[in-house]
Amino acid sequence: MTTVSTDVTNSLLYLDGVSVSFDGFKAINNLSFVLNHGEMRAIIGPNGAGKTTMMDIVTGKTRPDAGDVIFDGSNDLTKHDEADIAMMGIGRKFQKPTVFESHTVEDNIALALSGPRGVLPMLFHNSSRTGEGRIREVLDVTRLAHLRGQMASSLSHGQKQWLEIGMLLAQNPMLLLVDEPVAGMTDAETEETARLLRDIAEGHSVVVIEHDMGFVRELDVRVTCLHEGSVLSDGTLEHVSSDPRVVEVYLGR
Amino acid sequence: MIAARFLQGGLDRRIAVTLALILSVAIFVPVANLLFAPSHPLHVPNYAVALLGKYLNYALLALALDLVWGFCGILSLGHGAFFALGGYAMGMYLMRQIGSRGVYGHPELPDFMVFLNWKELPWYWHGFDQFWFAALMVVAVPGLLAFAFGWFAFRSRVTGVYLSIITQAMTYALMLAFFRNDMGFGGNNGLTDFKDILGVSVQADETRAALFAASAVTLALGVLITAAITGSHFGKLMIAVRDAEARTRFLGYRPERVKLFAFTVSAMMAGVAGALYVPQVGIINPGEFAPANSIELVVWTAVGGRGTIIGPIVGALVVNAGKSWFTGALPELWLFALGGLFVAVTLFMPKGIVGMISRHWPKRSRATDAKVRADAVREQNA
Repeated sequence: MTTVSTDVTNSLLYLDGVSVSFDGFKAINNLSFVLNHGEMRAIIGPNGAGKTTMMDIVTGKTRPDAGDVIFDGSNDLTKHDEADIAMMGIGRKFQKPTVFESHTVEDNIALALSGPRGVLPMLFHNSSRTGEGRIREVLDVTRLAHLRGQMASSLSHGQKQWLEIGMLLAQNPMLLLVDEPVAGMTDAETEETARLLRDIAEGHSVVVIEHDMGFVRELDVRVTCLHEGSVLSDGTLEHVSSDPRVVEVYLGR
Repeated sequence: MIAARFLQGGLDRRIAVTLALILSVAIFVPVANLLFAPSHPLHVPNYAVALLGKYLNYALLALALDLVWGFCGILSLGHGAFFALGGYAMGMYLMRQIGSRGVYGHPELPDFMVFLNWKELPWYWHGFDQFWFAALMVVAVPGLLAFAFGWFAFRSRVTGVYLSIITQAMTYALMLAFFRNDMGFGGNNGLTDFKDILGVSVQADETRAALFAASAVTLALGVLITAAITGSHFGKLMIAVRDAEARTRFLGYRPERVKLFAFTVSAMMAGVAGALYVPQVGIINPGEFAPANSIELVVWTAVGGRGTIIGPIVGALVVNAGKSWFTGALPELWLFALGGLFVAVTLFMPKGIVGMISRHWPKRSRATDAKVRADAVREQNA
């Protein structure tokens, strides 16, 4: 018991005994997962392993049927909704790049910047100059500075992915959840994204869901493999990919 | 206050031109109607004043719809309900002004209540003899309904076609309710036979001219409010909610509140449009709640160009002018023309008339402004 409680207080994200089912299908089954402060973790697993559902639970989109989800030692995430959890410091990138298409790259970042979120402050808020420094910083990190005035709809698929990651950064979260950031990217873009995420991991905790093993190798971080809603294997990429159970679930299908 | 902040930031040139146009119409039409003799080439006949005034009310209604649909992505198919409720509030005031001049000569009860053998005024008719109270109700009733409706719908995350369907159901339910005699709003016949407004005859040429001017000025105000809202930081958030609602939620915003605000403000604007419409057409009846009206309104907005401020105004004027001409010249073809127009606009001009014009005739828009600004910043850094 004592080890568990130290885990809770020392970890940034702590999931214990989490289960959720949809119409009888157990999407997450007694899942336990601990992420430390400043850690970057890759999550792999076959389709339907529960990777995205796990993110839904952490970000408040889905309520678990059972289990604890604790953020930063004391916040019970199962009691909050998406907006609250975002304000606590968890940013989430969707599988499909989701940006504000009819806004400029700059406005996309500006809307993500930490600032007033209520209706009235936003009606009277003069945003133009307050976030200038932050916007430039984020655009530099995500290599989008030259596209600042472009409409987001005109960006390439890869650039949209980066813009979305940039929006997460502008939120200034403690933890970034990144769902399949390199799906549909060229090799060069994939490499660039790995570099970008490693840069980001210097100052943030990051969880990356990814299918692309080459990309996971480049991230060079601890890997957790999910299968049928719980952890199948955990450790270095070499350890996980040589685990016979992992080989079986990937090849056995 | 918000308009003041907005004005400090400078008006978009197109908005300024639109406002100037509306305000000059507000002056020119009444003046040309009252001062020039009917033989004068610039004389505007009475029927035209009434017709144009009605169009201006429709334009404000379309602008209200555009605020929620074009800018916030809520396709309301029941906005006619808010227009009708504003109209009924004004109609109740006008009924109370009839006093003992009704057919039955009852000092307090409107004719239809006497006819139904009612002995006293229902509680919800009290206060409507005062203009200020009626004016308050013109915005409060649609606003409250929209707030209550939106509160439940948006909090339950009802979106897209489901939301459109329940807005449609809302206006249909109201129509059925207002058709009932025992609701106390005149049933099938609605409210009519108005005599006075603010102590002057509704029928007088001067009153009609003043109502026209009021319609134009109110439309200008509507433009100013819409421009202030959409031009603010909140306006950017509205568009963000329209484009990617889930994204805003995971950035820590509450899109249901954004929508609730837009929906409520929009309903109030629609109510004001209805209130100005009723004294000009001289009647309000449950037919105004008909779902078809709300759908026609969507067509105006789509034809003009949604997501722009000028578009819905242009659309309301063009489609209604077309309707007036068509129903005079080829009445049986009007509905086909309207349907065809909607299909054609959806297929060939997804951004409407205004969208098409700005594409072929680009002006400095907000986006290019932002680009110019960004380029300048980059040059400074280089």
